[in-house]
Amino acid sequence: MVELSVLQQRFGTELVESTFRDNRRIDVPATKLFDLLSCLKSDHGFNTLIDMTAVDYLEYEGATDRFGVVYILLDVFGGERLIVRTAVNLPDPALPSVYSLWRGADWMEREVFDMFGIVFEGHPDLRRILMPEEFAAFPLRKDYPLKGRGERHNFPVITRAGS
Amino acid sequence: MAVGLPENIFMTKLDAAASWARSNSLWPMPFATACCGIELMATAASRHDIARFGAEVMRFSPRQCDLLIVAGRVVMKMLPVLQRIWLQMPEPKWCISMGACACSGGVFDTYAVVQGVDRFIPVDMYVPGCPPRPEQLLAAVIDMQAKVRRTGTVMGKEFMARDTPMGPEPFESEERYRIQEANLVQLGNFSAAMTSAGMKRGAGNHG
Repeated sequence: MVELSVLQQRFGTELVESTFRDNRRIDVPATKLFDLLSCLKSDHGFNTLIDMTAVDYLEYEGATDRFGVVYILLDVFGGERLIVRTAVNLPDPALPSVYSLWRGADWMEREVFDMFGIVFEGHPDLRRILMPEEFAAFPLRKDYPLKGRGERHNFPVITRAGS
Repeated sequence: MAVGLPENIFMTKLDAAASWARSNSLWPMPFATACCGIELMATAASRHDIARFGAEVMRFSPRQCDLLIVAGRVVMKMLPVLQRIWLQMPEPKWCISMGACACSGGVFDTYAVVQGVDRFIPVDMYVPGCPPRPEQLLAAVIDMQAKVRRTGTVMGKEFMARDTPMGPEPFESEERYRIQEANLVQLGNFSAAMTSAGMKRGAGNHG
């Protein structure tokens, strides 16, 4: 099990550990995210990126940052799991891509970009993955209306006589 | 009989004869995108047996079909596909909108789901239900046959009269407001993010 003190010696005391229902979570500032993740991969055996996603904390009680980005890691051989969280903010939410560490981050980062507009610098092909290319918003942001802004009805209408 | 027809000969109208033949050989194009598609498969299977009504020949090429069955929700990324399939089908053709989602969007009143396919393609028959039972789809097929026999013509003249969109207005007033809001507010943030991501295409606002 990776000790927090070991990581803190290397990355400073800004690392905060918390636990929720047996899930160990480490909060890290965005500037040290990539170094921490590559250290966890190379030195502590976290060879799999199980999932990554983001949370919009707009109007969330007690939240200080707009977006949280979550990386869920797994050590396949040791069976250890770890959640690494970081925070990004508007107007330019950006993080370093971890595609170079785990190839599986490719589509996950594209999905986070598609839904939240968080840019992953160094990603080889950062395009929308779920929404159409011409979609003009990031739909999982909390300030985007649930029913959209009319994109779903912006299509030509075919009549029976016209087809 | 005054005319004195020989045996085994009867008189009818060409329209009626053509419609009779068409109505008993509807070839469905299954556009199944959700759980309604499972019910559609059950309708075609042995227990309910859509073949009893001459509509068993499911073809997965729209060029060979004359009855489009939209079974399931249609999202905005899928709608151009649906419209193209409809345009690729040869005349005469009809459309059944199967289930709550295809008819009205159902419970999926979200930014990505089209609120009823009749806003964008012509629909002849609506099947309610979430999902509808196979019997309901069979009832729709029977009603479809009745409609074809009642209104059908050899040259498809009845279709030419339907030159107005049949669904509700694409943009409701609330929706128009959100589009205006999008043009005013969102354009700045969005174009900044797109530029920094190095995206060439798709910079146009959808409103």
